[in-house]
Amino acid sequence: MKLIIAYIQPEKLTDVKQELYAQEVYKLSVTNALGCGQQKGFHKFYRGVEEEVTLLKKVRIEIAVNDNFVDRTINAIVKGAQTGTIGDGKIFVLPLEKCIRIRTGENGNDAIG
Amino acid sequence: MDETIINGINTVWVLLGAFLVIFMQAGFGMLEAGFIRAKNSSNLIMKNFIDFCFASMVFFLVGYAFMFGNGNSIIGFSGFLLLDAPNQSGIPLYAFVLFQAAFAGAAATIVAGAVAERMKFKVYLIYSVILSAFIYPVVGHWIWGGGWLSQIGFTDFAGSTVVHTVGGSSALIAAYLLGPRIGKFNKDGSPNILAGHNIPMAALGTFILWFGWFGFNAGSTLAVGDGELISLIALNTCLAAAIGGITSMLAVWGRWGKPDLSMTMNGILGGLVAITAPCAFVSPGAAIIIGALAGIFVVYGVVWVEKFCVDDPVGAVAVHGVNGIWGTLAVGIFGQKALGLAQEGLIFGGGFTQLGIQLFGVLAVVSFCIISMGIVFKIIKSTVGLRVDKMEELKGLDIGEHGIDSYSDFQLFLTK
Repeated sequence: MKLIIAYIQPEKLTDVKQELYAQEVYKLSVTNALGCGQQKGFHKFYRGVEEEVTLLKKVRIEIAVNDNFVDRTINAIVKGAQTGTIGDGKIFVLPLEKCIRIRTGENGNDAIG
Repeated sequence: MDETIINGINTVWVLLGAFLVIFMQAGFGMLEAGFIRAKNSSNLIMKNFIDFCFASMVFFLVGYAFMFGNGNSIIGFSGFLLLDAPNQSGIPLYAFVLFQAAFAGAAATIVAGAVAERMKFKVYLIYSVILSAFIYPVVGHWIWGGGWLSQIGFTDFAGSTVVHTVGGSSALIAAYLLGPRIGKFNKDGSPNILAGHNIPMAALGTFILWFGWFGFNAGSTLAVGDGELISLIALNTCLAAAIGGITSMLAVWGRWGKPDLSMTMNGILGGLVAITAPCAFVSPGAAIIIGALAGIFVVYGVVWVEKFCVDDPVGAVAVHGVNGIWGTLAVGIFGQKALGLAQEGLIFGGGFTQLGIQLFGVLAVVSFCIISMGIVFKIIKSTVGLRVDKMEELKGLDIGEHGIDSYSDFQLFLTK
């Protein structure tokens, strides 16, 4: 079992969701996140004054999957979120020790599926 | 009574009306911004402010001359910059100009909601200048400035056609040429919900519009008289709005199972739009019938517009277009000679004469607006381009066009 965490551009969330659905990955958690990567933020103007914005809005997606779903999940996220410009985001894949479905008490692979 | 005092009272009345109509801009702003997503609300309010700024300027420079100047039956052509401007209103020129400029601003701002969340700001500026400098004054000349429609007996007391049908039909052609917002329609043409971000704010806007509408309608008498007529108009205006809210609520409730607040507010506005043309010529009973049908037309109008995959985020076409037409026709159905209409309406035995003239006139105005605004938008489309690019639309026009967050410090969650 793996836990896939991805940080993507907020406006690409719909595209990523559609790609995940096409790959039959239906279960995900989404949270708002702030962060910055290579581009180190950006500058914006408010009432004529320049302001440095160091933390950008991102969306964090978490998906727990069985091993045979890892590649297609990653591919779907890349396909949906990629624009080729700086700030597209990152994907982290972590080993997942346990997974329990609260409603039934099911464990492991059954609980994820 | 002393002539000066009477003139003074009439002037105060019309100025009060003008101030109320100007306040309606705030109503439109709150309503439309509340009905769209947070990421575009500063853009919408900006359009709201700036179209009224432009309307005030261009109506002073050329609009009044096109509308009320001496000319032919198509367009007026004297009184640019109000120099030697003709004035048959019976009140001081400046008061009349202010009142009329406020109307021009209202016509322009109706379109803002229909093109919300995707039109380039620059394009909106070009459009709003053209509408308030030319399109609106031309139609106004036909109907209120002694032009050809007024000569054949077409009657629109306070502007169901002149203001609302002009705004509504321009909104329709603009929204059609612009295309729907990303994610509004599925591949099979079925609509999705892109819910408004602040319904209480839209509700405040609706109340402000309702309040301002008393100036719009009752102020259009341009005189206080003995008080009878302005009282009738004010009551008719209120009744049509109230029943429009009730019938739209019932229609929504019956069809989809819940009394939807946003549609109820649209119903109130539909009632107001519909009573605008006939408000001086009908009894309170007729006003209730007109408003009741208007509330239902709004609900079905919204659904009908979406059937054609035209995306109108705030229902401007249904509220102002459909009910502008309905209100205009209602003059020919419920109007009474005793209240000053040239001929009795249909249900008072006047036959189809007035109704036929109303139908012909409103169709002429709809065709004129759709064709002329269609050409304007086509030209803009092939030169400047109508829409912002896809990434900007997804990020929101607040940041993209103006570099400002509507709700800085609040995290927006962009899921659609």
